[in-house]
Amino acid sequence: MENINLRKFLKRGAIWGFIVLELIFFTVAGHFLSLSEVSFLDPENMLLLLKQSAPIGIIALGMTIVMINGNIDLSVGATFALAGVVMLDSMSWAVFAGLGDWVIPVAWMIALATGAFLGLINGMIVWKTGVDAFIVTLGAMLGFRGLVFMFNGEQPTFHLNWTMVDIAESSFFGLELPAIVLLLCTLVLWLVMNRTVHGRNAYAVGDNREAAVNAGIKVGPHMVWNFVLIGFLAALSAVVFYSASGSVNPNDGMLYELWVITAVVLGGTKLTGGSGSIINTLGGVIAIQILRKGLGHIGADTETVNLVIGTILIAVLFLDRQLNRRGQEELKV
Amino acid sequence: MADTATNPVSLKRAGNFLARQGILVAFVIFMVGFALANDRFLDMDNVLGVIRSSTILGVMALGVTFVVISGNLDLSVGSMMSFATIVVLDLHDKIGPELAIPLMFVMTMSLGALIGFLVGYLKLNSLIVTLGMLSAIHGLTLTYSGGKNIDIADKEGTWFSILGQGSALGIPIPILIFLGLAALLSILLTKMPFGRKVYAVGGNGTAATFSGIRRARTVFCCYLISSFCVATAGLIQASRSMGSQNTVGQGMELEVLAAIILGGASLMGGSGTVFKTVIGVLILGFIQNGLLLIGLEFYVQYIVTWIIIILAVWLDIAAKRGRLWSPIA
Repeated sequence: MENINLRKFLKRGAIWGFIVLELIFFTVAGHFLSLSEVSFLDPENMLLLLKQSAPIGIIALGMTIVMINGNIDLSVGATFALAGVVMLDSMSWAVFAGLGDWVIPVAWMIALATGAFLGLINGMIVWKTGVDAFIVTLGAMLGFRGLVFMFNGEQPTFHLNWTMVDIAESSFFGLELPAIVLLLCTLVLWLVMNRTVHGRNAYAVGDNREAAVNAGIKVGPHMVWNFVLIGFLAALSAVVFYSASGSVNPNDGMLYELWVITAVVLGGTKLTGGSGSIINTLGGVIAIQILRKGLGHIGADTETVNLVIGTILIAVLFLDRQLNRRGQEELKV
Repeated sequence: MADTATNPVSLKRAGNFLARQGILVAFVIFMVGFALANDRFLDMDNVLGVIRSSTILGVMALGVTFVVISGNLDLSVGSMMSFATIVVLDLHDKIGPELAIPLMFVMTMSLGALIGFLVGYLKLNSLIVTLGMLSAIHGLTLTYSGGKNIDIADKEGTWFSILGQGSALGIPIPILIFLGLAALLSILLTKMPFGRKVYAVGGNGTAATFSGIRRARTVFCCYLISSFCVATAGLIQASRSMGSQNTVGQGMELEVLAAIILGGASLMGGSGTVFKTVIGVLILGFIQNGLLLIGLEFYVQYIVTWIIIILAVWLDIAAKRGRLWSPIA
């Protein structure tokens, strides 16, 4: 009994244990190797870390739900870029010329609506055609990227609005806006997944779609909602990020989908659907960011971060398999 | 009377044919359409140019076809291609092209062997393994090159550029490599016992195991073939440009998959052919070229590709299940 609880605890808390190990390692190693006087655990450094996790993190939360559903979304990077372009471009549209600074919330709304609409397109195609989400969103990744280029060709789109920059860089209780948005999203989505019917349905659909249908869950609309949600979150991530930077490169967000999936998988969500946790995804995102910053902190080449993350991802997959195997005696051939 | 009785049947047959060979039909329609819209489209120069610029993607897609038929995915080919390109360019100046090329093949294929070991023998999920390898190999490339671009110092004094830029009998050598490799792999897949094993493992892994096929070894070999093709693509890329950034293959993994899916292979495994993959690659290339020639902006190709991919797969599965709309509640 104790053994089972221990294993459960190990599996649930693995990512947080890993984060603690990372923190200890980089603090100790940084003490000897780092050129800077500041400790890695310096609160300011930690807050910065949380802020830098936000763009990938916000999308990863949505990806968790889509993956719990047994689907995947490869178009989030392109959605991110398109929402950013739409936001900055719309601020200079003649229609909104008379609005003054009120154009900011309007542009935000337009960007968020764009993201949600792109998600809706993906979701409807997955539902109505029955084509695998991997293929639908792979196509959408190309298509949405094409839409990005429609705005300014290969030129970056920029629009500097100091009021918007001020808002984006404001902070409350020492937490900067991106970090707050990330934490709020985590809280809200945790509530959705653990305290609402929609959350329970998400697990049910991913675990056994047939059974979910038989239990009266409207699987199609349910999946569409989740795609709308991830589109919305990708746009939210863009709003938070580009409000501060004010400039979008048409190639921005490329490979985001792969980073996001890496974070979600590190957090223990299964690709096959049916299991996963919002909080652990946050852990996965933070773990990656600590690794990035930590390797820089101890003076390692930043290039090695890719090598390390890739290796860890595969190691996690291997360990997870070893931990799970004893419970379910596989057919040995 | 007889006519009305046979009509639905023949219609259904026509529908089935369209669904089976739909991508080929679409290809022909596209070619005819573009040829009518622009008379330069079917010029020999243009056609060869399009095929030539598709070869790198195409050579990679040939190898990944094996992986996809065996029921797995390979997302690492883009960064593996960057690795191959950087390594062969760097070694070229250090030990000469004669030694650099085989050494690069060995290094790239040992990465493929590692993936094959992880997916085949350790039975880990191929999507995550190759996602991890995408990142890891990218890191490896950057560490190898120190993040710098690699160029061949003496571009005139070496025969190395022939592989990417030369031509024989009026046909560019990259195209000859592409077509030769396609023919070879097609024979391997359709005429050899190994090919049948690949289909069996992808179609139903458990059944394949019970009928005595060594599943792990088959999957391992598929990844080895994939990495061989990637190394070839890297060689062509290096020889064509004689210098390269570390990110030359970035993002190509998903384009490769798009071409294979367009060709009609199922990501579930068990279906697809080398020929269809070649068609998929050519469709991507000719669409891009044709849309540019009729004067549309370059980004239109992305949107058109998006629509075509989804339509192609949708019609394919609609024909299999016998109804257009999905049965999802």
